Amino acid sequence: MEQEAIYPTEKLKCWKKVKDIRMKFYQDYAEAHDKGGLRWAGGAWTFDAIPAGLGEDVYPITSEPYSATIAFDKELSLECMEATEVKGYPRDLCSYMRNYWGSIITDKFAFGYKDGEFVPRFQGAKPIGFPKPDFIWQDHICCSHAKWYQVVSDLEGGIPMFTVDNAVGPSNELTDSKIKYVVEQLKDGIKFLEKTTGRDYDDELMFKAIKNHFVSTSKWAESCALNKAIPAPLDEKTIYSLYVLGTLQKAGKQVADFYEKDLLPEVKDRVKRGIAAVPNERVRVMSDTQPPWSFLSIFRYLEKFGCVSVGSLYTFGLIGQWEVKKDGTWGAKKIPDVEFTSRDQALYEYVKYELHKPEWQHFYSCHLKSDMMIRIAKEWKLNGVMLHYNRGCEGLTVGIAENRLALLDAGFPVMAFEGNNADEREFDEARTKAKINAFMETLGVK
Amino acid sequence: MITMGIDLGAKNIKVVILKDNKIIGKSNVLAGFDVEKSAQQAIDKALKEAGITKDKIEKTISTGAGDKLAPFYDEIKSIVGCDSLGAVFLHPAARSVIDVGAEEGRGMRCDETGKIIDFEVNEKCAAGAGAFTEAMSRALEVKLEEIGPLSLKATEDIPMNAQCTVFAESEVVTMVHNKVSKANMAKAVHDAMASRITSMVRKIGFNKDVVLVGGVANNIGFVDSLNKDLDLKVVIPKDPEFVGALGAALAAAGWKGGK
Repeated sequence: MEQEAIYPTEKLKCWKKVKDIRMKFYQDYAEAHDKGGLRWAGGAWTFDAIPAGLGEDVYPITSEPYSATIAFDKELSLECMEATEVKGYPRDLCSYMRNYWGSIITDKFAFGYKDGEFVPRFQGAKPIGFPKPDFIWQDHICCSHAKWYQVVSDLEGGIPMFTVDNAVGPSNELTDSKIKYVVEQLKDGIKFLEKTTGRDYDDELMFKAIKNHFVSTSKWAESCALNKAIPAPLDEKTIYSLYVLGTLQKAGKQVADFYEKDLLPEVKDRVKRGIAAVPNERVRVMSDTQPPWSFLSIFRYLEKFGCVSVGSLYTFGLIGQWEVKKDGTWGAKKIPDVEFTSRDQALYEYVKYELHKPEWQHFYSCHLKSDMMIRIAKEWKLNGVMLHYNRGCEGLTVGIAENRLALLDAGFPVMAFEGNNADEREFDEARTKAKINAFMETLGVK
Repeated sequence: MITMGIDLGAKNIKVVILKDNKIIGKSNVLAGFDVEKSAQQAIDKALKEAGITKDKIEKTISTGAGDKLAPFYDEIKSIVGCDSLGAVFLHPAARSVIDVGAEEGRGMRCDETGKIIDFEVNEKCAAGAGAFTEAMSRALEVKLEEIGPLSLKATEDIPMNAQCTVFAESEVVTMVHNKVSKANMAKAVHDAMASRITSMVRKIGFNKDVVLVGGVANNIGFVDSLNKDLDLKVVIPKDPEFVGALGAALAAAGWKGGK
């Protein structure tokens, strides 16, 4: 272990900026009412360009990244978990959902103020209550999403809620009628937003937000594609902090600008100069699904063996949009070269683009996911795969045992470990590290 | 070359000393609460049997759940890696290895050099490990070493549905109330345990040369159930509980297959 450096390394220059954007996101949400603005809540996958048409003072909070934030704060997470259990919600439900509900039940927000500065609670912030959203704007593809916000609305005493059913089948079977099915719901949703907020809807703002969405999702994928390089310019632990902006507000200008003007040029530069994320890179792996957020240290543990986790279908495809290029490899999806002239046309282009999201495909078939994982394993030149049998997220874990078999058949060694993305009580760090030790031996490093 | 392998298991500490790949000393000591002290005792005992002093040991590799608690070592190697190395050394045709120890069960596929190709560990559950038979022997009020032979006298197959040691104990209590014979209950325990191990091994695949190692390999009742479940006869080397420590000592000697 503790291999000598082979490549030069350096910290990401945009690191502070990504942290600042994230903190501002939560601060804007918390303080929206102070400025006469609106707050809304919804999932990280929701069509967030739609509420953007209500005005530039409308701020979201997205459920999964917020819940992951709680998970990282072990003390708060345990409080939230126990609070939901006291209310009678079972322990085998989505652990993100339980953290989120717990934050409402305990009325504890994961952020607050310390000496006038907005910071996470675990950094000593004075606690504030969970800021109640004005409306809920959600989509439904994951089995938990269907109930998540119904309970949130109930817990908060009834919040107006609109949901979009986007489970229309895999992208290789996409038809005009399926796209229109989702588009019509979004049009109904816009009417709901106008009625609920009493505001007039501005299509121009929505057009800009959709363009931002295209940029965020395409440029994020482009940065991930650069990780095919040896040495990898990014490691997955860092990637977790970078991809999260796309889960917060992919239709936001600050996020699109960050991916296009800050991150992508910097990653390109790192590849050009041979800057490694892990200076002793000797073997490359990928993971799958959300990590156990309380134990990201396992990724640093890998580095002791000279092992870099270069990403995953989860980090690449949760937000990133991809397409097969002329040479047969995976690359960032081309940003649609289209001018928006009407609400219907813009929504059609938006939906048509978004329904190709890689992380939506395996809700229909585990084999689609296996194909994408094998592609990543080959194109990103991996030596092995670490699969997280994640008991906290059934949606992303469904079919993972089939994925394991497919990867093995394709010739990639696989290590599976059990855990939970947001309920640390279900993760055994010592045993997982023991498994990693054995897996590293099989990969020829120790 | 003289090498030492130390396997600090959850319940027992095993030490093997090799000279030119031949065992010249070995020991097996209960780990107890003070693992470091017990490990030292095990080392002293093995050195005494080998008739050498510590300074003659050229390289030591430590393995097992408590690998870092060995009083001294040059390297650490995973228990699955040591198991497969030891198994292939003792049975060169071995490509599949099952280790059922006190705390956990493991299945491995390896190549002719003992290098792991794939492995699986029965984690977070005692129902596929020696701790299960210990708990069940207590529930049946028979000595641990008697539960194996007892189960071979069974006259019926009684399914044990519980997947967990704690609930299985409750199921045994129900069986007692139903006046099921101890032999039939003992077999039910071994069948349940074998079923769990088989399911784990099937995940990684196996061939006909399956070597069973670990302390539970000494339980003939479990072995009988496992053979029936796998539909083959597993190979059990002499002193199966020492195979991990043997593999560690072989790794220290740089053994990579062949004689």
